Amino acid sequence: MKGFYSRKLHSLLGVIPLGFFILEHMITNFSAVEGGEQGFKDSVVWINSLPLVLILEIFGIWLPLLYHGVYGTYIALQAKPNNGRFRHERNLRYLLQRVTGVIALFFIGWHIWETRVQVALGNVTHEELGGLIHDIVSQPVFFMIYLISVLAVSFHFTNGLWSFMVSWGITIGPRAQRVSSYICMGLFVIVAVMFTWSLFVFRGMEFEASGTAMLHTLKTVIG
Amino acid sequence: MAEITTAAKKVKLIVTRQDAPESAPYTEEFELNYRPGMNVISALMEIQRNPVNAKGDHTVPVCWEFNCLEEVCGACSMVINGKPRQACAALVDKLEQPIRIEPMKTFPVVRDLIIDRSRMFNALKRVKAWIPIDGTYDLGPGPRMPEKKRQWAYELSKCMTCGVCLEACPNVNEKTNFIGPAAISQVRLFNAHPTGEMNAEERLEALMEDGGIEGCGNSQNCVRACPKGIPLTTSIAEMNKQTTKHMFKRWLTS
Ligand code: SF4
Ligand code: FES
Repeated sequence: MKGFYSRKLHSLLGVIPLGFFILEHMITNFSAVEGGEQGFKDSVVWINSLPLVLILEIFGIWLPLLYHGVYGTYIALQAKPNNGRFRHERNLRYLLQRVTGVIALFFIGWHIWETRVQVALGNVTHEELGGLIHDIVSQPVFFMIYLISVLAVSFHFTNGLWSFMVSWGITIGPRAQRVSSYICMGLFVIVAVMFTWSLFVFRGMEFEASGTAMLHTLKTVIG
Repeated sequence: MAEITTAAKKVKLIVTRQDAPESAPYTEEFELNYRPGMNVISALMEIQRNPVNAKGDHTVPVCWEFNCLEEVCGACSMVINGKPRQACAALVDKLEQPIRIEPMKTFPVVRDLIIDRSRMFNALKRVKAWIPIDGTYDLGPGPRMPEKKRQWAYELSKCMTCGVCLEACPNVNEKTNFIGPAAISQVRLFNAHPTGEMNAEERLEALMEDGGIEGCGNSQNCVRACPKGIPLTTSIAEMNKQTTKHMFKRWLTS
């Protein structure tokens, strides 16, 4: 595929479906803030009760993620950042987009391994996921990793949305690009706050009971 | 008294030099007598007249290029105190000393500050940045350009192929074959021309080739660096729109 098309596809997939999935994931997590452990369980069960959920996952998440991740790494490696010489906000966002993309790739790979893959292997059930995450984020180091990663993912998505609108020729003039960057950075704050908030709730006591047992299972599996 | 102090004032230059395209770069320092109104070109001319470095050793004069001396030809582009710009428009009074002068290394260095900007001219050829008006017979006058369009198109026509925007771009480097901002903006210019428009699709397709418009990573350094104030990012986004439209059109009509 010619560079033009592969780059366009990369940009598109970042928003549809991946961007939508991030929003969906954010709302699912946030159900823990609103409805506690039961609320989160219900959301997970609901999303997994969607018809053809495996097909949705394969074509709506895994394949787009794989393509976006691999091609994105290639883009990131081609950059020769010059932020020392050109210190302004757009150039900083250019660098951050690439850095957060790489962080997101590692984090998401690890996160899928811990959750979805373990469900597939039969080590965890959907109902137990909340407890599993509780155990992970209760450890300070992992909590920090999760915190940095969700901030990185939130930035990568919202800033990517901004450049998607430039790359597809939607926002053209400087004013349009400025307004869209205010909107996207506003969205960043919302997404980041909601993910972070849910993280703190997952850390909370409510998830503890069902968590501890899970961690042992997982440790025997991984370790 | 006043005269003595001005006479004693010095200008210090640190020039990155290179003897041949393949040889290793090195720096050489120069100390010149200050003259009011000096710019980087006149400083380099001073070195040419009296090629003695700061240590007092006789050296080979520094090589560089220039033509117009009024920021319209683009030949004298170099990196001055970290910023790519035209030496003829860089006033010594407004520069922090010592003044560091380097070639724009995004391009192949020929010697000292002389670089080879061929890739830019090749890019203009690739995107057909001209208007075909020749025929076997008199084609007559072309259609007129609306005044409103002429005004913004004129801004784009100020490009002097100086290379500053390529030097500023983090995606123009040895790892990519990105054509760079200048040529993309020229496509917008020639596609806006009423006669040039007749070949608009050829130019859009050239931008859709490898190393074309997809190489832009939105750092937006180019628009901030361009000495001519050309709205490069607007041109790039506009071409993003037109190439995207062209892509769908091709899919739906072929
Ligand atoms: S667009 Fe501006 S910076 Fe780029 S080559 Fe033309 S004049 Fe120079
Ligand atoms: S000599 Fe022409 S731009 Fe400087």
